[in-house]
Amino acid sequence: MTTLRAALIGAPNSGKSSLFNTLTGSHQKVANYPGVTVERRSGIVTTEAGHNIKLIDLPGLYSLNDRSLDETVSREVITGAHDSEQQPEVLICVVNASNLRVHLRLVLELRNLGLPMIIALNMHDLATRDGIEIDVKRLSEELGLRVITTIAVRHSGINALKELLDRDRSSYEKPRKSLPDASTRALQKEAGRITKLVQIAEGGQHKVTRSLDKVALHPVAGPIIFFAMLFFMFQAVFSWAEGPMDMIEGGFAILGEAVATYIPDGIFRSFIQDGLIAGIGSVLVFLPQIIILFAFILVLEASGYMARAAFIMDKLMAKVGLNGRAFIPLLSSFACAIPGIMAARTIANHRDRITTIMIAPLMTCSARLPVYTLLISAFIPNQTVFGFFGLQGLVFFSLYMAGIVSAIIVAAVMKATITKGTLQPFLMELPKYQVPRLNHLLIGLWQRVRAFLRRAGTIILYAAIALWALTLYPNAPKDAPEADIYYSFAGMIGRTLQHIFAPLGFNWEISIALVPGMAAREVAVSALGTVYALQGDEDQVAQSLATVLQNAWPLSTALAFLAWFVYAPQCLATLATARRETNSWGWTAFMTGYLFGLAYLIAFIVNISAKALMA
Amino acid sequence: MIKYLSDLKIGQSSTIGGFDTSRIEDQEFAADLEDRLLEIGFEEGLNVELLHQGPIGRDPLAVKIGTMTIALRRTEAEAIILAPREKL
Repeated sequence: MTTLRAALIGAPNSGKSSLFNTLTGSHQKVANYPGVTVERRSGIVTTEAGHNIKLIDLPGLYSLNDRSLDETVSREVITGAHDSEQQPEVLICVVNASNLRVHLRLVLELRNLGLPMIIALNMHDLATRDGIEIDVKRLSEELGLRVITTIAVRHSGINALKELLDRDRSSYEKPRKSLPDASTRALQKEAGRITKLVQIAEGGQHKVTRSLDKVALHPVAGPIIFFAMLFFMFQAVFSWAEGPMDMIEGGFAILGEAVATYIPDGIFRSFIQDGLIAGIGSVLVFLPQIIILFAFILVLEASGYMARAAFIMDKLMAKVGLNGRAFIPLLSSFACAIPGIMAARTIANHRDRITTIMIAPLMTCSARLPVYTLLISAFIPNQTVFGFFGLQGLVFFSLYMAGIVSAIIVAAVMKATITKGTLQPFLMELPKYQVPRLNHLLIGLWQRVRAFLRRAGTIILYAAIALWALTLYPNAPKDAPEADIYYSFAGMIGRTLQHIFAPLGFNWEISIALVPGMAAREVAVSALGTVYALQGDEDQVAQSLATVLQNAWPLSTALAFLAWFVYAPQCLATLATARRETNSWGWTAFMTGYLFGLAYLIAFIVNISAKALMA
Repeated sequence: MIKYLSDLKIGQSSTIGGFDTSRIEDQEFAADLEDRLLEIGFEEGLNVELLHQGPIGRDPLAVKIGTMTIALRRTEAEAIILAPREKL
């Protein structure tokens, strides 16, 4: 018997994903449907009889009206019109027992497609607790479909479902009933009629949810709680990740040293130590931040709080044409744009999601801090202005604000032009609060980590190796007056770039440092160190880099360099992640292009105005 | 005078009487709004209660319909007509 193909389908908040997690456990894969940003989750269910069933988890939707990419993909898959996904042989439609009327409308719409279908009446326990009683037998008769009650987070009903899937596929009956009129109104009417018949007791609203919302959505307490939670979250991302990140960096340094003692000096050792190990290390160092941030995001999602956060932030985000849901990914980008861009998956609308991803790199990430710190300490005098503001802190703050203000402007411009589209309604169900399940959280976390390591990791690694080669070859001639890097390909590129960067006030040293700085922003600091430390006499080397720069650069150059770093996409990892998440080279090129363009323009303006002011 | 969902005050409840998307300025947006409202659970004859309002400009709104809580923007709520209530 060939593997049976089944698909899970259901409205948002039907408990579909939990059911999928319980059915497949860790035997699941997350990828994208080719060419679109719709997540494709699939897994294997093993039945009692030992059969394997291929289960796909279709995106949650209210109807098949093709309003979003999610709906289009789901419709294409279940009607057999999708290019790469085979039509499922049986549909398992997940219906939330607490919300029968709304979810039955989708069931009726799907029933008209004529595919064999099983109804999983989910969260049956929660509905019963809220006083909702459903005549399951009657429901099955009225629909003409098999109905199984399930409790996704426990295994109750799961075995009955597996048993049904275990049977010979020829025994799956096509639905006997269908509605001639499939308009939303007609479907709604029939769903209402059936609900009235089968719902013995209507029940009330979830009490805990109602009381928690009184606080969480309170006009004063709500935002306070929200910002307190965010503050805690970003504190955690910065401070909890610090230890593990140091350990990873330290570990790779030790590994590099160890390799050095076993492999004789030469190209091969340099490749292993500076190319491979340093390259892998530069990727893995982001892992602690990604894990901590996603642990928070997954808990917020699973508990039902994320929808409340979107509620609180919606009005603010609406001003730039975005939805409340865009707030968390943007804020995450202050730690690092990579998890921020990945977190944009929670935004359902494609255009809003693209806009959010595009502006995420403008949020000042932690990798810019070493660059800012170095230049501010070297060029900005440590004095107070207006009585109590430290000038250094003020510049620091301005750099952050420059990023935020630019992001707002870019988002507004994008929404008015390239990502223009019909206004998206905010309409969203606020789900019941739930205690998140640890095993489901771990599955979700593992998927994010694996996705990051696998796809972005390979690109970053290749890039790191390529940069290593560029900075090493060709070797410098003997007794060369300049640093080795000057003669390398990176040096040549830098010296060529110097002509382009001259209007910004960048010298060849800066231009060269920008090339290895593509691996990660903070690498520019160590690259500057390399360029300057190996240049000049011993005294100069002994001076700290800050002092060196102070003597080597005019203030206008330093300010232009800072402005450049506010915008420039000096991070291949971010670009690789954007490529993966948008599934488009076009958008990746757009992001790279507009960021470099802005960086050049703003740095140029800063350079000439600083020069003019000081003249 | 016709009342709309956007006219409710916190704690007040009423019955949904119908939809009038012609009140919305952006007609492209309004075209599909009635179906969307129906799909998420708004329907004539159902009881609706205003539970919460957003912190800025009392927007968005959170309303109770049956056992569900649904969030929507004020402009969207302006398209939902409330059934006239007979004076007691």
